[in-house]
Amino acid sequence: MSVTNLLENWSQFRHGHPVDDKPHEEYKWAMAIDLDACTGCNACSVACYAENNIPVVGKEKFNAGQQMHWMRIERYWPEDGREFADQGAQFLPMMCQQCEAAPCETVCPAGATNHTADGVNSQIYNRCVGSRYCSANCPFKVRYFNWYDYPSTDNVWPAEMTQQLNPDVSVRSKGVMEKCTFCVQRMTAAKNTARNEGRLVRDGEVQTACQQACPTNAISFGNLVDPESKVAKQWAHQQVELSKEVQAKDAQEGGTDLRGYRIMEELRLYPSVMYLERVRESAI
Amino acid sequence: MEKDISESIAWAKINGDVLKSLEAPRKLYWVILVAALTLFGVGLGCEVYQYQIGMGVANLNNPHVWGLYIATFIFWIGMSHSGTLLSAILHLMHADWRKPIYRFAEAMTTFSLMTAGLFVMVHLGRLWQFYYSVPYPNERGLWPNFQSPLLWDAMAIFTYLSSSVIFLFIGMIPDLAICRDHLHEGWRKKLYTILSLGWEGTDRQWRNFRVTYLTVACFLIPLAVSVHSIVASDFAMSQQPGWHVTSFPPYFVAGALYSGCAAIITLFIILRYVFRFEEYMTLPILKKVARLTFAISMVWTYLNAIEFAAVWYSHDQAAKDVLLQKAMGPYAPFWWMMIFCGSVVPLMLAVKRFQTNIPVLFAVSLLLNLGMWLERWMIVAPTFSHGYYPWTWDGFQWPSWVQWGMVFGSFGWFTLLFMLFCKIFPSVSMYEVKEMVYHRSLASKKNELAEKGAH
Repeated sequence: MSVTNLLENWSQFRHGHPVDDKPHEEYKWAMAIDLDACTGCNACSVACYAENNIPVVGKEKFNAGQQMHWMRIERYWPEDGREFADQGAQFLPMMCQQCEAAPCETVCPAGATNHTADGVNSQIYNRCVGSRYCSANCPFKVRYFNWYDYPSTDNVWPAEMTQQLNPDVSVRSKGVMEKCTFCVQRMTAAKNTARNEGRLVRDGEVQTACQQACPTNAISFGNLVDPESKVAKQWAHQQVELSKEVQAKDAQEGGTDLRGYRIMEELRLYPSVMYLERVRESAI
Repeated sequence: MEKDISESIAWAKINGDVLKSLEAPRKLYWVILVAALTLFGVGLGCEVYQYQIGMGVANLNNPHVWGLYIATFIFWIGMSHSGTLLSAILHLMHADWRKPIYRFAEAMTTFSLMTAGLFVMVHLGRLWQFYYSVPYPNERGLWPNFQSPLLWDAMAIFTYLSSSVIFLFIGMIPDLAICRDHLHEGWRKKLYTILSLGWEGTDRQWRNFRVTYLTVACFLIPLAVSVHSIVASDFAMSQQPGWHVTSFPPYFVAGALYSGCAAIITLFIILRYVFRFEEYMTLPILKKVARLTFAISMVWTYLNAIEFAAVWYSHDQAAKDVLLQKAMGPYAPFWWMMIFCGSVVPLMLAVKRFQTNIPVLFAVSLLLNLGMWLERWMIVAPTFSHGYYPWTWDGFQWPSWVQWGMVFGSFGWFTLLFMLFCKIFPSVSMYEVKEMVYHRSLASKKNELAEKGAH
């Protein structure tokens, strides 16, 4: 963060409010996840590990709570008195919500996490000093810290798997924070191609790894600024607006049948991920 | 009312007694010093291990990203406050009784700040890059994030530390000159000669000295309040349930004064014995410190109650859940211990008999500090185990021996610095004790004359 940025471009790095501060011009990457379609198969999580060179920490460290899954599948059981055999789990894929007014950004002492012009919450590994304040202030706890130096740890990537590491993504050393980037390397590649051809990125041109791996197409990803994109249509159809902490449809008496919602909207984080509520009975 | 200090002590005896503390303390001094050095060694070993292997050895995880390091950091910052209270605030209020004990309290301020600073460092994941979070000119034109309370923290602590070092030094100049003039040849005499800045005790020097001392005192008081308010902002400015509390800054400042006063009682008793300061650190003074501690403990209890009430009646379910978890969840034993040590134990100080009973006061002051340390831990930890997001509710993460080692090591480091200071520099302010004795004898002479009927 240079002095010029501090004085003139502040709103490029921090958003208090997604629209009032500085509306997104070309891109605003966003997601929609249909929980009705999610089967909890964990393919997205695995794909994310593979795409983003996430260390596999092993059983012991996993039990100590030091796992690094940027994308995690959470399991919930409604408390209606029924036990497991009669009722299966409900699943919720959870990753960084790329909040517009992200609480992690304001607290970082080094300015290592910032908002990009595309409306994504970026993490600069080189700049991170590891104070972990961002994680402390993240309501979703989707930031993962490198408790050990994983690239030099045995069996994180066994010998045959080092060939599988993604060359477009750096591996992270000990002491830095990391989290879901919405597969920023794919977005950058697509934007470069588009710029070379003098156009904007087309809908569907960028897929996140989790989206690509999902067997039920529960995840859609795209540019919210483009009203013709699938994501924008889904958000519009569900009447979920990026810049509102209370959606108009929720203020209606009796509610609506629309399923779209964002998690903990009332905290005024303006997350970029919309979930579609589950309606079907959970299978066993 | 007993006298704070006897007016019949001769000035030369004051010099002699205090200078003796630089030469021949009781054996216990060396025992404490070795114990402190050992503890510090343990802490250092833990840090080396953690630095090499990674922060994971501290048994931190997601969501428990902060552990005892931050809790102990707040504890030490808090400890630093009573030095300023005694030396600056009570100086402005002309409270005479502070004079024999403010010097070591001010040293406590400086050294506990240094200890607190270490915790910021050992807490960092990349200690070797710590300078990224301080504003320094560099060729890339990069600056830290001025929005972050952590950055304000770094600046406030550094300002407070440097000011209190200056304050401690300035207040010592006349005493350093006494040391220079009375001590035998050696490296210490050279040190005193340099540090006493050519002090001769002329009127002009005294006048300048008074003005400087008063100015720095006035400068230090707002700093003391701001530094802990800013530490409180680390929590109050976040969005987490249990932290996002408006009353945190005054609550932290009260807690800071509280633990600091308790620590002063502990060190008072130790120094009094170790350096044979019975005539200067008298029981009436101890009584006054005990009463002050009692008053502050009640302020702290009140602010604690306010915090609970504010959460309870706020309709903020998440914050309420954190409070319930503190009282009934896995942290309950520690939380109730904190309430007991912080609010019930100080009631002992209200009993007159105990206010001058050294063994009782020593035990009470240790318990109070245990309570205040627990308080800091209970601020930091429960919010992580029961934050906003249900998936991360995982109860308890017991800190590993690496964390405990560093916590105990910090006590060793602090004691080491403090004890070395007391051996090298006069820990009782000689010139101010003389002033005190002088004022006392003037007053008693006046009374005598008045009794005789003279005016």
